Amino acid sequence: MACFLVPMTEAIVTTVVQKVVENKEKKTGVNHAEKTGLTWSRRLSWLNKLLWGGTILLAFEHLWHGEIVPWPPFLTAMENPADVAPMLHEVATIGVSMAVLVTIVWGIIIIIAEAKSRGLSEIKIAPVRGDQ
Amino acid sequence: MWLILTALAAIVTTIIWYVKAPDDKYKVGLLSWIFWGATLMWLADHVMAYLMEGGEFFEINLDATLLGISVIIVALLVWVIVLLVSDPKGVFKKILKI
Repeated sequence: MACFLVPMTEAIVTTVVQKVVENKEKKTGVNHAEKTGLTWSRRLSWLNKLLWGGTILLAFEHLWHGEIVPWPPFLTAMENPADVAPMLHEVATIGVSMAVLVTIVWGIIIIIAEAKSRGLSEIKIAPVRGDQ
Repeated sequence: MWLILTALAAIVTTIIWYVKAPDDKYKVGLLSWIFWGATLMWLADHVMAYLMEGGEFFEINLDATLLGISVIIVALLVWVIVLLVSDPKGVFKKILKI
């Protein structure tokens, strides 16, 4: 009914956070990349792409099913008071689970990327030794 | 059915991105992120709906298939718009100079 509103809200918040972090990184000139090869703004950009991509396609699916309309109140469930409670229940259950799953997968991607990045930097630091 | 088609599109675009990586001039990576985002969200939707309401996990019919194809078209449309606006090949700059 309106489950995509939860990841959309998260996407708005993380987009703002990414912009703030990006500006801070530009001002200070010091970023996390020196240690791991990944800046926080880059990590957040991956989350934003996942969230906005999913939100756009889910909004289209809701439009297809007639659950959202391009005129107020936009959500067809809002037209009937009896549909409001089930809509809020769906937002609280399915919507939250969508946002949580995307965030968990993003976290796993970050952990893997960090581990790979650290592995590469250790190889660069430690020169290859001959037989002793 | 749209979950299956979107997941398929996500896998195909990831393979295309990896073959060309680290070069991502045409932003295939972005298209891949879009498809993965939607795939994960629909996966959560399907699992939650299945646990709460039961019934069939995948909706396989003509309407669901058409929705899957339409979703892929929408994602491609978003990608094309981003590609044309960012113009990584500088095509518009060259055309406007001439």
